[in-house]
Amino acid sequence: MTDATVSPVGLMTSDGVPLKQSLARAERRSRIRAMMLVAPLFLFIMITFIVPIIDMLLRSVDNPRFQEVLPETAQVLMEWEGGGLPPESIYAVMAAEMKAAMKDRSLGRLTSRLNFEDPGMRTLMFKTARRLNRVDEGPWKEAMIKIDDEWGDPQVWALMKRTAPAYTTIHYLNAFDLTVSPEGEIVAQPEELQIYGLLFWRTIWMSLLITGLCALLGFPIAYLLATLPTKTSNLLMILVLLPFWTSLLVRTTTWIVLLQTEGVINDILVWATILNDDERIQMIYNQTGTIVAMTHILLPFMVLPLYSVMKTIDPSYMRAARSLGATQVTAFRRIYFPNTIPGLGAGGILVFILAIGYYITPALVGGRTGQLISNFIAFHMQESLNWGLGAALGAILLAGVLAMYWLYNKLIGVDNMKFG
Amino acid sequence: MSLPPYASPLERAWYYSFRTACALIFLFLISPILVIIPLSFNAEPYFTFTEGMIALDAEAYSIRWYQDIVGNEQWIHSMENSIIVGIASTILATVLGTTAALGLSRPNMPYKGLAMGVLISPMIVPLIITAAGMFFFYSKVGLAQTYLGLILAHTALGTPFVVITVTATLTGFDQSLIRASQSLGATPTRTFFKVIMPLILPGVISGALFAFVTSFDEVVVVLFLAGFEQRTIPRQMWAGIREQISPTILAVATVLITISIMLLTTVELLRRRSDRLRGIKS
Repeated sequence: MTDATVSPVGLMTSDGVPLKQSLARAERRSRIRAMMLVAPLFLFIMITFIVPIIDMLLRSVDNPRFQEVLPETAQVLMEWEGGGLPPESIYAVMAAEMKAAMKDRSLGRLTSRLNFEDPGMRTLMFKTARRLNRVDEGPWKEAMIKIDDEWGDPQVWALMKRTAPAYTTIHYLNAFDLTVSPEGEIVAQPEELQIYGLLFWRTIWMSLLITGLCALLGFPIAYLLATLPTKTSNLLMILVLLPFWTSLLVRTTTWIVLLQTEGVINDILVWATILNDDERIQMIYNQTGTIVAMTHILLPFMVLPLYSVMKTIDPSYMRAARSLGATQVTAFRRIYFPNTIPGLGAGGILVFILAIGYYITPALVGGRTGQLISNFIAFHMQESLNWGLGAALGAILLAGVLAMYWLYNKLIGVDNMKFG
Repeated sequence: MSLPPYASPLERAWYYSFRTACALIFLFLISPILVIIPLSFNAEPYFTFTEGMIALDAEAYSIRWYQDIVGNEQWIHSMENSIIVGIASTILATVLGTTAALGLSRPNMPYKGLAMGVLISPMIVPLIITAAGMFFFYSKVGLAQTYLGLILAHTALGTPFVVITVTATLTGFDQSLIRASQSLGATPTRTFFKVIMPLILPGVISGALFAFVTSFDEVVVVLFLAGFEQRTIPRQMWAGIREQISPTILAVATVLITISIMLLTTVELLRRRSDRLRGIKS
């Protein structure tokens, strides 16, 4: 059809428009119509969901405090080339602005930001601003150093210069257990502050373990469901779907009831005299609790895709392998198992994506050692109020999840996702 | 897969141990739910079976925790909130999601992959990121701690389920049915209600149920976005589990399990009907 010689040049519609042109117009119209149908939801998701998330993630590089509270100081500090002590002019600008900031009570907003960098800064700033009120004229450099000789320390000025710009990478550095030394170099955090590397590592290995456990437990029952007669398998399917449909909090609560030291499982063990009353096992409020509860909650996400793949494997493959002399084990290993890989992959990625961003279950049953990355994001958002760091951790988590989602989409396709 | 009569002893042993393993896994899946229902009738404020309960003594059972829910203003209020937010967001999500699914299923929808990716994203993004993002943004525009904000948030979270289930029902939908209807003189509206709607209805309803369950079960966004006035059932349970753990929680859990059994039955029946309508044998 692309060849000009065979294109239906001569054909016209009844209105005298060439057929090709008319067809193109009709197709364009139906494309627009399809887009118009999608547009309302697309806009809705953009406004209520995507924009808020982007807005939140920008906080990980956003650094507005300095420029809000001491705008001119920020400006002159950014122009100053750094190294050693700044000239008198910068001291003067800063002293004037600090007095003003003290008066309209905006100084606190900046000091809490500076305190994330160096815990002594709040005290230093307030002390300086208070005393400056009694100083009416320069030289400001001498006056400020007299108030506190920290102002004669080049490292403090390096810190001030570093925090002046409107954007910062410090939160990302912190999220990777790095920091900026007083000399302005990127160095590892002191040992006792290195928690995020460990936390990412823990989140990943726990998610992998949970995915592995789900595969291990899900495979046999998916196989059973796929090979039993439909009537029986439909009945057993309810046992998979019922937990899937039950409220997440309900399932987490039930695991607390079952696993706690005064709970049902410990009671049974004591009653069966496997344990003495004083030897009850601590199974919840630690990693074990998180792993057991999350495996239970995520297991249906593994069973359902596995089942739908296994259902399509023709049983005659296995019979053919057997009749050609393969043992049961060989036939399973060489014929059946390779055919289940798509289901295993789909379920595995799905469980991993869900596990890596899980919040509720670790928060309720994780104790101190079972917390995942999501719990720290919540902590920084709600309690420590270090929003920048929370947003940086969130951006890293989101990047990981989106990469997994991309992989899932590439391998399986979202359109093939099914529930129940 | 029943055991053939010529099976060797080894195969026999494998067969029975496999069955036992499966039974244990099913027990793992279902036992929490089976344990919690009798415990919610415990007469004592403990989270474990008392001797009287094991001896099936009627005295050891009571419905006091259920009376607790009915008598507690906070539980009633949060139940109302859950239902209001759930129903409002379900209606919004179903209308928006079904329309979008209709567009996505048209053969000449451009940028289909990209659009699908964006529309599905609320299901993929970890809830804590969604919640934090909405918290800051909705606070800025004055929607935090309002019913409207919560409803919009839950609508966003519920739409992917509607889009997915309705798109699934539309696969294999014969587009020529639409042309047939239009050539017989039906307006697009009439075509939609008389031809398309009856065929996709099972998908729409199960999508709506998924959206409702998502909202009804959601707690992370509620934690960030809702004020005291907008407390929902999951929020109330969260507080209960964290602060003042009492068997009332188990009674609420049992009520929720009953609701989910009813919803599950509905979805299952709808799925079968949809398969039958589209000529797929289950």
